[in-house]
Amino acid sequence: MRVLDGGLVTTVQDTGRYGHYHIGMPPSGAMDQFAHKVGNWLVGNDESDATLEMTYMGADVEFEEDVVFAVTGADMGPSLEDEPVPTWTAVQAEAGDTLTFDFATEGTRSYLAVAGGVDIEPVMGSRATYTLIGIGGHEGRSLEEGDELPIGESPANADAMIGRSIAEENRPDYSATEINVVMGLCDYRLTDEGRERFLDADWKVSDEADRIGYRFEGPDIADMFEEREQPFGAGPDVTNVVDLGYPVGSIQMAGQPIILMRDAVTGGGYVTVGTVVSPDRDALAQCRTHSTVDFNAVDVEEALEIRRERDDRLEEIQNSL
Amino acid sequence: MSDRTITRQELPSPRYEYGGDDWVFVELDEAMSFDANFKAQAITQEIRQNSLEGLVEVAPSNASYLIQFDPSVLHPDELIDELKSLEDEIDVSEYQWEARVFDIPVFYDDPWTHETVMDFRERHQDPDSTDLEYSAEINGFDSVEAFVDHHAGAPHMVTMIGFVPGLPFCFQMVPRDEQIEVPKYEQPRTATPSRAIGFGGAFTAIYPVPGAGGYQLYGRTPVEVLDVDQELSGFEESMVLPNPGDILNFRQIDREEYDSIREEVENGTYEYNYDRVDFEPQAFFEDPRGYNEQLLEVLD
Repeated sequence: MRVLDGGLVTTVQDTGRYGHYHIGMPPSGAMDQFAHKVGNWLVGNDESDATLEMTYMGADVEFEEDVVFAVTGADMGPSLEDEPVPTWTAVQAEAGDTLTFDFATEGTRSYLAVAGGVDIEPVMGSRATYTLIGIGGHEGRSLEEGDELPIGESPANADAMIGRSIAEENRPDYSATEINVVMGLCDYRLTDEGRERFLDADWKVSDEADRIGYRFEGPDIADMFEEREQPFGAGPDVTNVVDLGYPVGSIQMAGQPIILMRDAVTGGGYVTVGTVVSPDRDALAQCRTHSTVDFNAVDVEEALEIRRERDDRLEEIQNSL
Repeated sequence: MSDRTITRQELPSPRYEYGGDDWVFVELDEAMSFDANFKAQAITQEIRQNSLEGLVEVAPSNASYLIQFDPSVLHPDELIDELKSLEDEIDVSEYQWEARVFDIPVFYDDPWTHETVMDFRERHQDPDSTDLEYSAEINGFDSVEAFVDHHAGAPHMVTMIGFVPGLPFCFQMVPRDEQIEVPKYEQPRTATPSRAIGFGGAFTAIYPVPGAGGYQLYGRTPVEVLDVDQELSGFEESMVLPNPGDILNFRQIDREEYDSIREEVENGTYEYNYDRVDFEPQAFFEDPRGYNEQLLEVLD
């Protein structure tokens, strides 16, 4: 597969690189795991095979062999040889065909899964691109015009998938604005009133929203916190803590809330007050800049139930294919 | 001056916190201490070894630790019960490990971090001084030289790796009343040179790659702490140089030595000066100065 135009930011991603958080290495991988996995299943791949993640403005690619592909996630109006192709559907392309994308009309991230997967040598067990230190994916960076991506051997059932599609009711709604959060970590630093204001506020996704984290704009956070004599080693600001680990999905209060995504900084000295429930991290990854979300506090059992519902839905989709 | 021993800290009951559906965060203390750090290291080492099914990430930090797990295999409460029983078993003073002691040459007040410091003055608490001048003053030193002598005057233990790959957080191996403490920038900088030596809270950080940062900047080391391609000597086992529990000795160097070491690093011939020691917390707590002297002998 040849890249004719890299789009805005297009990277090779998969289910992630695990086991290295303790050396400061985040998992990377597809920001919307749901869309990534379903795309892979549609073309007969394993969920861990590598797809292309495109952001806001898709890439243009040329297939060098006959291949089955599927586009999931945000709708960027894909066209094959200038003919519109359906999303969430397995489609046949012929050698020499060009697949082009436009701007996303809903959501932010689209996934292009190709039967056989993007077959790049894994780094530390994953093909996910982590651009900060330039590892994984294609040369550790976003794709550019002229890049050549090898495609793995097509799974035996790929041809049988052509025309198969995900039922409308099983496709995620990317206009959702409620993000479920388990409050905790260091939320004892919030006053009761501050916690209430945090949960009641509308938070706008700022321009600084990328694979590392989403920064939000909203009410002033400084007076949401309890004044205290700062513990030794933390630093004097009310939002300073002794540098600690940040979960992926955690909400860090550094001037404004920042939710850490799959290329997260793994730790630091700003207070964390809660963690987005894992399925809602996928939803957040599809929230557009300047859209508004509100945080809904759930307890851990509710969080586990939300996860189970998502897993059941994925299982249903997988069985239907 | 202090009583020359490390005062043991009585740790509060740990706080076990859920991080969404798939993380558990455990805060051993709100304040930094060797006790809290050694306990975090000991527990995370134990939990790795007892190979509980469903563990995804085990990451110790300064006075806390973080675990990611697969909730379809392991319920968070089951994990927390396991952590609580480990917590009861561990006695930090009996916990010993093999540490590496590294010589880390530092060009303090170097031109590169100085330029960055001056570029971001408006984000600093004291725009009219440099980070070194400010830090020296608020910690009661008469001069920048005396402050630097103090920072380079006793070794630092690596107590956490994180933020970005390979960034060591280091805690100076002296009694608390000799510890330096400084605030982070009021607003983080958008730029920091690679290999910059920064300080925030009670921690020294070495920035492996250029990027954002909020720590006060004191100098730059010519040596790498991250080698993604693992081509340099010292990175055979990992792309990251020090591990938690390793010891860094910051040594003041001048421009000439900086340039000559940098040349060796760039042409791949640099050999780190380091050696292994058996680190015994109890002996360190009782006589940190004497123990540190003994540790540094391995670098001669």
